[in-house]
Amino acid sequence: MLIKTIFSGFGGQGVVMMGYLLAIGGMYEDKNVTCLPSYGAEVRGGTANCTVVLSTEEIASPVASEPEFAVLMNNPSLFRFQNQVQSGGTIFLNSSMIESRPIRGDLEIYEIPVNDLAKQLHSNKVSNMIMLGAFIKKAGLVSLETINHALKDTFGNRNPTILKSNKTALLLGYNYLE
Amino acid sequence: MKKVFSRPKSLKRAPFHYCPGCGHSLLHRIIGEVIDEMNLQERIIGIPPAGCAVLAYFYFDIDMGEASHGRGAALATGMKRALPDRVVFTYQGDGDIAAIGTAETIHAASRGENFSTIFVNNGVYGMTGGQMAPTTILGQNTTTSPGGREERRDGFPVNLSEMLAVAKGSAYIERTAVNSPANILKTKKAIAKAFRVQMEGYGFSLIEVLSPCPTNWKMEPVEACKWIDEVMAVHFPLGVLKDITGDKKDAH
Amino acid sequence: MPKVLMRGNHVVAESAVRAGCRFYFGYPITPQNEIPEYMSERLSKLDGGVFIQAESEIASIHMVIGASMAGGRAMTSSSGPGISLKQEGISFLSALELPAVIVNMSRGGPGLGNIAPSQSDYFQATRGGGHGDYRTIVLAPNSCQELANLTYKAFDLADKYRIPVVILGDGMLGQMMEPVELPPEVQIKKLPHKDWILTGAKGRPSRFLRSLILDPFEEEEHNWKLMRKYERITKEETKWETSFADDAKLMVVAFGSAARIAKGAIKRMRDEGLKVGLIRPISLWPFPYKAIKELTKKVRRFFVFEMNMGQMLEDVKLALEGDGEVHFYGRPGGIILTPLEISRVISSYYYQKRLG
Repeated sequence: MLIKTIFSGFGGQGVVMMGYLLAIGGMYEDKNVTCLPSYGAEVRGGTANCTVVLSTEEIASPVASEPEFAVLMNNPSLFRFQNQVQSGGTIFLNSSMIESRPIRGDLEIYEIPVNDLAKQLHSNKVSNMIMLGAFIKKAGLVSLETINHALKDTFGNRNPTILKSNKTALLLGYNYLE
Repeated sequence: MKKVFSRPKSLKRAPFHYCPGCGHSLLHRIIGEVIDEMNLQERIIGIPPAGCAVLAYFYFDIDMGEASHGRGAALATGMKRALPDRVVFTYQGDGDIAAIGTAETIHAASRGENFSTIFVNNGVYGMTGGQMAPTTILGQNTTTSPGGREERRDGFPVNLSEMLAVAKGSAYIERTAVNSPANILKTKKAIAKAFRVQMEGYGFSLIEVLSPCPTNWKMEPVEACKWIDEVMAVHFPLGVLKDITGDKKDAH
Repeated sequence: MPKVLMRGNHVVAESAVRAGCRFYFGYPITPQNEIPEYMSERLSKLDGGVFIQAESEIASIHMVIGASMAGGRAMTSSSGPGISLKQEGISFLSALELPAVIVNMSRGGPGLGNIAPSQSDYFQATRGGGHGDYRTIVLAPNSCQELANLTYKAFDLADKYRIPVVILGDGMLGQMMEPVELPPEVQIKKLPHKDWILTGAKGRPSRFLRSLILDPFEEEEHNWKLMRKYERITKEETKWETSFADDAKLMVVAFGSAARIAKGAIKRMRDEGLKVGLIRPISLWPFPYKAIKELTKKVRRFFVFEMNMGQMLEDVKLALEGDGEVHFYGRPGGIILTPLEISRVISSYYYQKRLG
């Protein structure tokens, strides 16, 4: 098994954090993982993306040319990545910000209005966690429990308030999709 | 009978290779005397440059580590940060410090690196045969400023010490000369003060020493000493350029 | 020790600290900025830790020289253009026989090039861009775990042989995160004593460290001394790894990032029955010439894959001494091939040569 996921959005939408948490989750579940954030001039205020590979075998390349999953937080990300996703793959798109829809018929599409959902929690900062929750449920790569564990290890020592709001958002996203 | 003159303990028993009338020999001795008098031989480390004084480690009986051309201030930074309780000094010529090593020197001074620099200004690249230096004064003849330094062709000389006095991190900057007994004594006091400034943790200290190079100036030694007073010191005035210690007793 | 998910650049910095590095001097350049950023925080909290963001790459390598002369474990890091500027200091480190670790997270070149991963600094690392007859140990990791292990080891090698050690990574290794088991922290006081350092001549004769040796006979002897050291290192520190080599009809030669991608490609080809193997030099200097030559007893064809225009290729040819046949495929400029793409190139060569 070797599964590649690309997270993409504006800088500041927390796409690298989504990738990071998924990678930690994979590591906790004893998988081989790589996580490659985009870097350099492009991340300073522009679009950011992060590629995560989870595998039961040694991972040759952290770069994903044909990911199984794409998690897209804004319009430019949809245009950039919709045609790279493998046939039969899945796109999670932020329907609060993405107006277009993929033109391909061979993909499964989940629409999650993460910014609107985040308003329910009175915090736009947790929209990435809502998306991650929805992604975890449908992708089935790592369990919700593991991601909660990863969240706790990442934020627990720093700020209990942030940890709590992220956990709430993660669960909201997880329960959003049937 | 009382011994009134001898070789400083911190100098090796090796005759200097410098040209007759060269200021380096005098300056080596002065530094040796200061090291002895301040009892620093066991805790001082010197950083000689590329230039005429490159072989300084054959004369000083102290730990010494060679720097490449111009990098003395960077090397001293690394060394002093590693050994904050030792006394570290660089010994650099004008080409070394005011041309190829300008960046290293200005930044070390700006960071307030706590080491001392002896800057020997003789207005020429001595070791390579008397080429124009950043401190060659206007009109001065060198092997690469034929007919004398001309500002439109060669640019103006660099007054590095004045620049370093502006740097926020520098603590003590003084310009002296070794062309007369009185100036030699002042130079000795200045170097002692620079080391003390360092030992008290004030930050960067530098003593610029106007030094004769009769060979490349094509002068007799006595004439060279006179030339420092009459010509060179007009462009590079002697005196204390900066002192943040508030210490009046050393003023002269 | 549990594994932690860390970015390659952070792995280098943390492993260096654990190896006893207390002196870091650097200058910002992508894609290695996370190393100075991490070091500025980490070293400021350690007793005796020194971090300086220098005014230039040249200054930073000379600060390394100063700290190394004083006996500290010192390092700097940069990427291609910055390493070019450090070459003066690397030549002096070599001449003065000073230990130091220099990390190059290389990028596309020449000139400013770009910030994408590239292996175009192989010549610069293994031949040295500095002047004079010298060598540096060059280690080429291919994963975050190896970044940890080799950075840690680099400090021991540097001290053991009094030599600068270059870690040649690339932007991909520097930026990617993988689970890593970090090495244990050494106790600096327990590191081997250095009897050549400059600390002030207390209770011993004064010492000096210099590279200027005007007498040609003395300078020749100094060069021979360095040469004997390089021979000892070649004998004791040449490192490589082979995979799927036993029955291989075609051996791929690749290092660093290219090697891990090639290995993925080879696994695909193995699934299809192609007998392809891999030899991965881990020390680029000393280069595993003998190990590659040894392979010619069983394999006649070699496929060199690099993310450049063919630099290690020259070493492979030197190793083979005209024996066997070498094919090269390279992608310069910061292109990262996928395992599938490179497997197509290799298998097409495999079938052309009627190996399968």
